[in-house]
Amino acid sequence: MAETYDAIVVGGGHNGLTCAAYLAKAGQKVLVLERRHVLGGAAVTEEIYPGFKYSVCSYVVSLLRPEVARELDLGRHGLQIHPQEFVYLPMENGDHLLTHGDPHKTRQEFRRFSKKDADRAGQFEDLMYRMAFAVKPILGYKPPNMAAPSLRDLSTLKEFGGHLSGLGKETFHQLTKIMTMSADDFVGQFFETPIIRAMHSLSGVIGTMLGPKSPGTAYVLLHHYMGDLDGAFSAWGAQKGGTGMVSEAIASAARENGVEIRVNAPVSQIIIENGTAVGVALENGDEFYAKTIATGCDPHVSFRKLVDEKELPGDFVRAIDNFKFRGSSGKVNIALDGLPAFTGMESPRFLSGAIDICPSTDYVEQAYDDAKYGGFSKRPAMEICIPSINDPSMAPPGKHMMSIFVQYCSYDMDQYGDRDQQREAFGNAVIDTVQEFCPNIKDLILHKQVLTPWDMEQMIGLTEGNIFQGELTLDQLFFSRPTAGYADYKTPIRNYWQCGSGTHPGGGIMAMPGRLAAKEILGGKLVI
Amino acid sequence: MTRPTPFHSRTSALNEGQRWEDWEGFLAATMYSLDPLVEYNAVRLGCGIFDVSPLHKYEVRGPDAQALLQRMVVRNLAPSRPGRGFYTVWCDDNGKVVDDGGVFHIAENHLRLTSTLPSLEWLIDNSSGFDVTIEDVSEELVGIAIQGPTSRDLLRKLTNVDLSALKFWHCTDADVCDRPTLISRSGYTGDLGFEIFVRPEDAEKIWDSAMALAPDYQMRPCGLVALDMTRIEAGLLQIDTEFISAKQTLFEVQTISPLELGVGWMCKLDGDYFVGRDALREEKANGTSRWKTVGVELDVTYIEKYFSEFAMPLHLPERSWNEAVPIYADEAQEHLIGRGTSGMWSPLLKKYIVIARIPPQYEKLGSRFFIEEVIEAKTFSIPATVVKMPFFDPPRKKA
Repeated sequence: MAETYDAIVVGGGHNGLTCAAYLAKAGQKVLVLERRHVLGGAAVTEEIYPGFKYSVCSYVVSLLRPEVARELDLGRHGLQIHPQEFVYLPMENGDHLLTHGDPHKTRQEFRRFSKKDADRAGQFEDLMYRMAFAVKPILGYKPPNMAAPSLRDLSTLKEFGGHLSGLGKETFHQLTKIMTMSADDFVGQFFETPIIRAMHSLSGVIGTMLGPKSPGTAYVLLHHYMGDLDGAFSAWGAQKGGTGMVSEAIASAARENGVEIRVNAPVSQIIIENGTAVGVALENGDEFYAKTIATGCDPHVSFRKLVDEKELPGDFVRAIDNFKFRGSSGKVNIALDGLPAFTGMESPRFLSGAIDICPSTDYVEQAYDDAKYGGFSKRPAMEICIPSINDPSMAPPGKHMMSIFVQYCSYDMDQYGDRDQQREAFGNAVIDTVQEFCPNIKDLILHKQVLTPWDMEQMIGLTEGNIFQGELTLDQLFFSRPTAGYADYKTPIRNYWQCGSGTHPGGGIMAMPGRLAAKEILGGKLVI
Repeated sequence: MTRPTPFHSRTSALNEGQRWEDWEGFLAATMYSLDPLVEYNAVRLGCGIFDVSPLHKYEVRGPDAQALLQRMVVRNLAPSRPGRGFYTVWCDDNGKVVDDGGVFHIAENHLRLTSTLPSLEWLIDNSSGFDVTIEDVSEELVGIAIQGPTSRDLLRKLTNVDLSALKFWHCTDADVCDRPTLISRSGYTGDLGFEIFVRPEDAEKIWDSAMALAPDYQMRPCGLVALDMTRIEAGLLQIDTEFISAKQTLFEVQTISPLELGVGWMCKLDGDYFVGRDALREEKANGTSRWKTVGVELDVTYIEKYFSEFAMPLHLPERSWNEAVPIYADEAQEHLIGRGTSGMWSPLLKKYIVIARIPPQYEKLGSRFFIEEVIEAKTFSIPATVVKMPFFDPPRKKA
């Protein structure tokens, strides 16, 4: 006799766990099934090399929604984020740019490059803040069905329309610009210094196979400012023990509410009877049944792998096939024998936040050009973090763990031979580039883990290695995520729901898709 | 003039914004970084080093040393042996709190008292008939506190004693960097941590040696803002905030008893005499406590709602506050019942926590009332619930 539950969540990533926790809070008997031996999906920490904790994929927390942290009491369950104090940007000429948590110091630093830029920095930050405040309510809405809006959809649209009309002319016009412009053009309205422009526009291309000069990239910039809105509530920074500990905190909250979590439990298919999902079958043949099945996997896995094509309408299948994944980012994690010395670095403390390798927008655009037709950037743009500078649990005393997020690395890299050769060539290009800015890096490497988008797909199940479970471009957001008519967490299959980052409001360790999906599953009301 | 401590040559070089405040006549760093939050985080993630030199220190020696302190403080010191330490408050004859501090049993017939306020006169007044000598060593000893999860690992590198054997609120003579010190496993942060008493001439040497290890143990110099935030999370009391010394106010209404201050647990009312015992016995027997001191949690969703009335996003305080805030029984603010004495948004707990002084009938866990919050110069009532205090009490503190 197979076991039955009220709800089964497929995938123990941070959104699946969040969804499960909320369902359990409402009294449901919930089972989470995770394919891997470890929870977290892309928000996972593993001790790949003894004594060193690798935040294998996702490495920084900035977007985690305060309501989730509050409602699930994640502070008590181990959420502990150390805010990022500095961004250090080494330059090709040996100089560097250093931004501080303190805006006056940052302004002072900008003045070394351009007095105009220094004065505009505040203006830029204010505008971004205002715009983030303007669009923030969207994060809390179930996306309306624009073709056939329900009464609730209409009231959502009315509320949001009212909110937008109260923004004022300047903010509204900038909002239309940020929705359509390239990151570089948008940032170029304010700044003239190449490295300052690059620093801002880099966040516009993270996780996206587009360059800073591609239209549409400015929006992602805004996405990154959402976290800033919550100020004291959700700092931008590093979770103690690595990002996997965010997932563990959510899992702990879920378990406390009675959720059963099984790892090493890969689901092979959703069991569907008469167009209704009734259970799941594991690869080992075990079956579990439930009234609700929610998938935290990306849309491709959820609909093209776990479900028989015959169960889905043809137009929906086509829409899912057209949903863009196109992984664009690689990851290199390194165990270091000591603290690396970046050129021009005055104090090791300045390395405790992010170290961005993006000397100019042209540098980043060139990196994009290299990877646009397959392959990877010969000199990639990178965001490097050394969380062990602040967090003793990441590496043994005196040693360090370095996480390098690399933009760009495409899914198709056939020109470099087999997958092992591709990985090696990519890893070498990354380390060679880091060495340009950090001459002693190679002497310090104890162990190195290189992940291409293909590796992320194999390991975590992210289709084409897209870190957001689908690109965060305007055509794939809000009521179009993952596709029109199915942005409300429902699917064409009754009782089969979506709760992953492939749904609104998208990727990053935000936990909002999981929360909003649970709300819909529960008929529009959460139990808190 | 406010004086520097013997660590000043080092601390001033690190104080980025030169932000200082007066602590008993000494310069104490408000914060070293421009953002005190990084210091607060260091204490909870790695460790922080604090200059606590301004504490007053007194050596009490002689056959009656323990008996004198037993007479003076509310804690039962009978089980005390060399190597033990106690946090305690002490009272006047009316059973009102005079000060708080630490009692360290250093050796047979030798105890040390630390206090926030000068206490020499109080000790001398109480000592008639006791065979003791009392010496004010406030300036002959300075102190650092190293507090946080990595504090023990760091300190191990500097000392000859086995720190894993040193239990919570125990102390030991120890060489630190080959200089004589007293290490006590205690502190004001509610975390794993140590206080080290050193001679002024050794201060710089010990500071430098500790700071040399800072990168390996994620240690930062920390100021009073970080100290206040961590002590509130730990539910520890602060003089002039949670209480005013009975010696420092002329007004009865401003005094408070240990039973009212939430430290009734440490008063041994059925034991030997101590100053204030009889008044406290009476207070307890007659149920005349006016107050209870409890931990409360504010409902942040209301603060968010009230901000949205001004079309503003939720804004939470970035630091702790220490000003009395009115507490009402009702949302309409017609029945004033007490005060919040200090509070903060806890970045660690993701909760808005407040130490509150309320009438005894509101003491129970889960009791609800309203705390005043001013947003854009308008007064609102924020629902608050009594919760367990300490708010943060990690196993590592005692492990």
